[in-house]
Amino acid sequence: MSDGATDATGGTGATGGTGATEVGVPAYPVASFDDPHLLPLAKNPRRAEAVVAVFLVLGILGVAAYGALYWVGGQTQWEGVFLGGGLFCIGFGLSAWGKYLLPQGPFVEQRHPMASPEEDRKAMTSAIVDRGGIVVKRRGFLGGLLGAGMGIFGVVAAFPLIRSLGPVPGKTLDRTNWRAGSRLVDFTGRPVSVHDLEVGGALTVFPEGYLDSEQDQAMDQTMLIRAGSADIVTRPGRETWGPEGYLAFSKVCTHAGCPVGLYEEQTQQLLCPCHQSLFDVLDGAVPVFGPAPRPLPQLPLVVDADGWLRAQSGYDQPVGPGFWERS
Amino acid sequence: MIDEGLRWMDDRLGISKGGRSFLDKIFPDHWSFLLGEIALYSFVVLVATGIFLTLYFVPSAQQIVYHGAYAPLRGTKVSEAYASTLNISFGVRSGLVIRQMHHWAADVFLGAIAVHMIRIFFTGAYRKPRELNWIVGVTLLTLGIVNGFLGYSLPDDLISGTGLRIAYSIILSIPLVGSYLAFFLFGGAFPGNGSIIPRMFILHVLILPVIIGGLIAAHLGLLVRQKHTQFPGKGRTEDNVVGSPMFPTFMAKTTGFLFMVTGVLWALGGLVQINPIWQFGPYVPYKISYAVQPDWYMGWLDGALRIMPSWEFTGFGHTIPLEIFLPAVLFPGLTFGLFYAWPFIEAKLTHDRAVHHLLDRPRDRPKRTAIGAAALAFYFVLFCASSTDVLANFFQVSLNIVLWSFRFLVFIVPIVAGLVTYRICLDMAGVPGIGKRKRALVVVRSAEGEYETIPSEPRPGDEHEELPPMPVPVAIEGEDDSEELETAGAGEGIRRVPRRP
Ligand code: FES
Repeated sequence: MSDGATDATGGTGATGGTGATEVGVPAYPVASFDDPHLLPLAKNPRRAEAVVAVFLVLGILGVAAYGALYWVGGQTQWEGVFLGGGLFCIGFGLSAWGKYLLPQGPFVEQRHPMASPEEDRKAMTSAIVDRGGIVVKRRGFLGGLLGAGMGIFGVVAAFPLIRSLGPVPGKTLDRTNWRAGSRLVDFTGRPVSVHDLEVGGALTVFPEGYLDSEQDQAMDQTMLIRAGSADIVTRPGRETWGPEGYLAFSKVCTHAGCPVGLYEEQTQQLLCPCHQSLFDVLDGAVPVFGPAPRPLPQLPLVVDADGWLRAQSGYDQPVGPGFWERS
Repeated sequence: MIDEGLRWMDDRLGISKGGRSFLDKIFPDHWSFLLGEIALYSFVVLVATGIFLTLYFVPSAQQIVYHGAYAPLRGTKVSEAYASTLNISFGVRSGLVIRQMHHWAADVFLGAIAVHMIRIFFTGAYRKPRELNWIVGVTLLTLGIVNGFLGYSLPDDLISGTGLRIAYSIILSIPLVGSYLAFFLFGGAFPGNGSIIPRMFILHVLILPVIIGGLIAAHLGLLVRQKHTQFPGKGRTEDNVVGSPMFPTFMAKTTGFLFMVTGVLWALGGLVQINPIWQFGPYVPYKISYAVQPDWYMGWLDGALRIMPSWEFTGFGHTIPLEIFLPAVLFPGLTFGLFYAWPFIEAKLTHDRAVHHLLDRPRDRPKRTAIGAAALAFYFVLFCASSTDVLANFFQVSLNIVLWSFRFLVFIVPIVAGLVTYRICLDMAGVPGIGKRKRALVVVRSAEGEYETIPSEPRPGDEHEELPPMPVPVAIEGEDDSEELETAGAGEGIRRVPRRP
């Protein structure tokens, strides 16, 4: 701070300078050194100063310790303690300095209404309305052309911006890769034979040849469960869908599409952990609890001559959550 | 030196007058004004740590075999996004601290915005002339939530990938255009053709932060233009602002606060584990983790999805998955729509079109306070509903009971909370001097044997006697002679000019 000021700016330091705006409030208020507003808030400034100093020193130590720790290789938790603690201490010291050792005030500032005088508002409105009116009145036709140009540009610009982002849905959501005769394979691509699962076992399966793309996996994933055949409720038309106690259901939750991954053998239920929908495995995977609206679609199975499990056909309906085009 | 520099600038930009009054800007001293600052400084931390993270993160869904520092996952097929996030956590010095700090800062950012907004609501700070700033604030909250979700989804781990799958289904649920929107966004059926991660990345690190930064600038610009609100009190009127000046007092305090917020976030990043993606594993479309839980600010939506009954509409050859569309599209739409409209709704109901700079005390506006409490209760119940499974486990009751309780609680709790709050406000309004701190209530017995409760006298030295406010002095006059003034630290940071004759 340069004392002996070369400051000769007019008005500085002079009470009631040129720019007085409030009656009785000088534009450049001056206080004297002994004004109580300038005294610190702390009752015991010496002590406050000591406290601030202690925190600043702690801060310096913490930050420096972090630097040293980084140098020797770092350790997550100690890094947190040193730099976090160090920064906090510096901040606390500075804040305390600001609160307890700077002029206590309080100081005041006047507000001025936001609203402009009425004539200014009128001028603004007429500048827009009147000047703009000239354009519309005299050159309305050109204005229309300009508007049309902008409008068409807006629509055309949407093509590269939106249309190119991805393919249109078409029938993608209605179909999976399951076909009549698709062999069931596990996630390594190994075909599943009728002897692979014990009663009570479950396995995620895919149609053979469609393991490579995540998109295919997401749509085709199917839960193969070997439920004991005794209690299975067979719906009309599905009599042959579950050979040897095997049942296969789409693994895509009909609620919001999470994998229905948890098979509880005791209750014979499939649980979706996302929002806790429960599906009854023995009764066509109808939802018995939670927000899922529809049963999981069932994949009709057949055992071929060599004992491999195959699909009799694809799913008879779109898998997964609902969407507008789903009928 | 300083004088020369200022002259140089002033010759070119004419900054003296505006700059000086900016230094004089008054900030009211009230703790609740710090909430917005926490949000602001968390944003600063988010940007700083975010820049660090972009130096190492690879926004790509390309599948590679992991060969990094984290031994248990070596040899696993993972995406480059996941592998690079592991590398930040285990291969880059201080990387884990900064990654966790970034995550914590996002949670604190949104938490601070929410609490700040609650403060604004209950004190009526959004009334004329500040409706615009309320709108900017609500937009910041919305964009903050969206950007938080995007960032959470970037590492391509099993939990965030599942969250993304749900988000896809939510978009899919929109009638008429849902499947098109979802396909355009993801580049095909979920998980798309690998473009969602780079797309989320550019939104997360450039587009949304730029918009958020611009809106924060607008938020603060409006605040400077319109000046702060303040609580009623000694010398505080509708025509002034009382507090500390920008320079040096507020600057010292707020810079200190920036350091404190940064320090706390850094310590959280180092000490409190968050989002350990190596435990979740990489995203695989047919795998699911048992504990699926979003970040806290998505909890209310998750809860709404969970307790919504399974009403799907089918007919006319179409399906509308109301069980998703209502809780996850319409409901948040309504929520933010209501937030935006609230200042105007209130003005309509109260016919109050006056300009307000003095804040309300919540108890003096029992109806507004009751509505606010009910709304808070409502969202809190939804938030709790996102843990139905945890609660069922904890209390050893069936999921069914928990679910049905929430379906009722979500209506009952807000009504009760609103009514109780209303009652409390009325009761508090009837007792003079209630709510002031540092005064014990004493029961006195009058000569007639009547008992009465009155606030005790303040103990001597207990209460800080505030001086009447004065304008910020530009210059300090007088001799800087006394040792005791120096001791008292007076005049620190304030320019001293020699007394004029
Ligand atoms: S996604 Fe399965 S319950 Fe919501």
